[in-house]
Amino acid sequence: MVVMETAFFNRSVMLRMKNSSRVAGVAVIVSKTEPADGFSPHTTCPNQNTGVYSASYGPSYADCNVTLWNPLGNGLSYEDFGFPVFALKDENQTEVIRKCYEDHNMHVNGSAPLYPLCAMQLFSHMHAVTDTVTCMRRTDLQNRFSVNPEVLCDPLNETFVVAATRLDGRSFFWEKAPAGEAAVSGIVTLLAAIKALFPVTRETPPTRRIFFTFFQGEAFDYIGSSKMVFDMQRNEFVMDLDNVHSILEIGQVGLGSGGKMWMHSDPVSRGNSSVGEEVSALVEKMKSVGTDLNLPMSEPEVSQALPPSSFQRFLRAKQIPGLVLTDHQSAFNNRYYESVYDNAVNLNVTYPSGLSPDEQMHYETDTAKSLAKVATLVARSLYLQAGGQKTELQNITADPKTVAQLLYGFLVQKNNSWFRSVLPPEVTKKDSSLLGSGPPQFYIGLGPRVHGPVHSVTRFVQYILANLTGTVTNLTEKQCQNPSDIITENKDLYSYFWVSGPTSINNTRDPFCVRASVRLSKAISPAFELLEYGSRDYSTWTESRWKTIRARIFLVASRQLEMLTLGVGVAVLLLSLLMTYFISSKAELLFSAAREAPATTY
Amino acid sequence: MTVAVFFGCTFIAFGPAVSLFLFTIARDPLRVIFLIAGAFFWLVSLLLSSLVWFITVQISNKNSATQQRGLLIFGVVLSVLLQEAFRFGYYKLLKKANEGLLSLSQEDTMPISMRQLAYVSGLGFGFMSGAFSVVNILSDSLGPGTVGIHGDSQHYFISSAFMTLAIILLHMFWGVVFFDACERQRWGALGAVVVTHLLVSCLTFVNPHYQGSLIPTYIVLSVMAVWAYSCAGGSLRNLKLCLTCKDKDFLLANHRPR
Repeated sequence: MVVMETAFFNRSVMLRMKNSSRVAGVAVIVSKTEPADGFSPHTTCPNQNTGVYSASYGPSYADCNVTLWNPLGNGLSYEDFGFPVFALKDENQTEVIRKCYEDHNMHVNGSAPLYPLCAMQLFSHMHAVTDTVTCMRRTDLQNRFSVNPEVLCDPLNETFVVAATRLDGRSFFWEKAPAGEAAVSGIVTLLAAIKALFPVTRETPPTRRIFFTFFQGEAFDYIGSSKMVFDMQRNEFVMDLDNVHSILEIGQVGLGSGGKMWMHSDPVSRGNSSVGEEVSALVEKMKSVGTDLNLPMSEPEVSQALPPSSFQRFLRAKQIPGLVLTDHQSAFNNRYYESVYDNAVNLNVTYPSGLSPDEQMHYETDTAKSLAKVATLVARSLYLQAGGQKTELQNITADPKTVAQLLYGFLVQKNNSWFRSVLPPEVTKKDSSLLGSGPPQFYIGLGPRVHGPVHSVTRFVQYILANLTGTVTNLTEKQCQNPSDIITENKDLYSYFWVSGPTSINNTRDPFCVRASVRLSKAISPAFELLEYGSRDYSTWTESRWKTIRARIFLVASRQLEMLTLGVGVAVLLLSLLMTYFISSKAELLFSAAREAPATTY
Repeated sequence: MTVAVFFGCTFIAFGPAVSLFLFTIARDPLRVIFLIAGAFFWLVSLLLSSLVWFITVQISNKNSATQQRGLLIFGVVLSVLLQEAFRFGYYKLLKKANEGLLSLSQEDTMPISMRQLAYVSGLGFGFMSGAFSVVNILSDSLGPGTVGIHGDSQHYFISSAFMTLAIILLHMFWGVVFFDACERQRWGALGAVVVTHLLVSCLTFVNPHYQGSLIPTYIVLSVMAVWAYSCAGGSLRNLKLCLTCKDKDFLLANHRPR
């Protein structure tokens, strides 16, 4: 059993562990400070098989030939380890383990340590094996023939709010994905842009409508976006691919060095004249907005591919004009892409000491201010692209305060007063699982509960959108949950949310009903709808089911002592058998001074 | 593989007792019955003493370590006294039962002598006492780990097994001496049994210095063995004769017509 510090948690060491026959498990002590030279367990070319670039489309850009997006990636998340790898973060746990090691397992002057030695067991039994095809086949077989089918693995699925950024992230370890720069920067920017745009689009609506979408499951080969494109192709979505005028995707925008932002486009589709003209026009619009905002915008100098983005899935289906907005020109600025270190510290969201939680929430960090600028840029560009008037642009400004609140909620503490006020009352109750303390986790997790609870981040974004774009109605709780009876309300056009509302002075809340045009749509990979478990086109990620994960440490005695105990026991048993037989056979003689008659039975 | 420790400790703790049972008791159903009854009597005494201990612990101050230790000592002493009281009670019961059996039976001799009853009841007490002492420890010894992560000695299992062995044999010897003392009304011997029982139990408070508790216990065991042997009708002469294998002549010479 190997207990290692973060400094050793890299590809070469872990592959040595994997190839060694003596390693039964690894426990990584995840340090609080991130490694200085970056750490990313994702591959160097994220999602390279499910993007748009392949042998048939832009082959020179495929497999990151031109630009290596994630140079620090070591691909650890995609290695098959035959033993459990646990992450230990709690100080007390690691102290106990260290003490046990120092007391019992340390080498003394070069000689081997003496028994008893400290040992550890990691329990992480997985039901599924091999790959998705095998696992789903076994699950299907069981479902068809057995009374109590045991599901071995579940397709990763989630529901998503519709807007052009991603909602999720991952890391090497289960359920520990802070996804700061990878997801939160995009979410916060888009939400702030929506808030800035909403009043203006209501008063002076532009020619085209803006459709905001947040994709879930993108870290696992674009589950959300591939599902949406798939539905669009089958005419099962609210719009078709032909209804999509253009796409603006917000990539990783939190680490803009010097405030410069980059617009990426697909060089292959730009070769098509109509698409190329649209893209160039969009680039010009964004550049002019950027100049007004004192935020320089440029395109990458060399003709390079799109970074890994949901937009690539749309391009696979149809060549649509679009841009991906990021803070990096070629390789990611994010040195901790899809790792446990992509957190608030990575995004420079730190607060001066001595602030209460509410004060921290309203404190505008530099990151908040710069993200607000980016959000303003996005909002104004979207407005222009939708056919709005230039004169309205100065009314569209993202508020750094909102951005600061969102950053606090998504990076530091999800159980804050603002989140509590926008969420429904059953979530804000004390022991709700959705609002634990600490930042939210962005790993999408499993979904056997097809009708079950929605992922927490999806819920937050859904209710924040309702708060930002909805209108307050005076419906009661019952009416809010079932508005089909009421004539003035339209259940098909809108969704109705019963939210808690802010706390008043005497600590009570006054819930009310909000009507908003926010919709959730299930993000389950088309491979599972088509039952093509070995599909090369769509994501086939599944997650094994497991028993409770736990670990324990204890001492083990030397083999000699154990065998000695057994030997002594057997010797005692044999000796006593012999002696008893001997005494019993000679009992008449030995106990013959008895005063009772010897005719007693022996 | 700590199944080895489990079996080793089981054999150490119960080896002599099981072999005694196999060779001397198992063939006679009457002895088996009295053995089990003796075990049951010990169990009842344990039940009573644990009831008292449980109540006193509930009303005591759980945070004070000295009070808890004091309570433990009190519990041990009370338990020993109760066990001896129940041994006395069993003696009385057996006496009455024997008289009743004799009046009912058609033979003119008792089917089982008081001496054998003493031995069997002592062994019954020993079995039950040993079981309660060591079964939890045995089940823990199966696990992958051993004692010691908080600094305790890793000889815990084997010491407990040897202690249990001593206790079982001691109960057997105490039974013999006790019943003999009751028969001959020698109250000094009775007192000595109680005192040695108290001594052996209180010696375990010296743990984890296992030498401090095991060695005196084994000394007491050998003393009691000699005493019980003499109470049961043995003597040095018999022992010498037995060991030098001159038994055949002796038996012939001592053969009495039935």
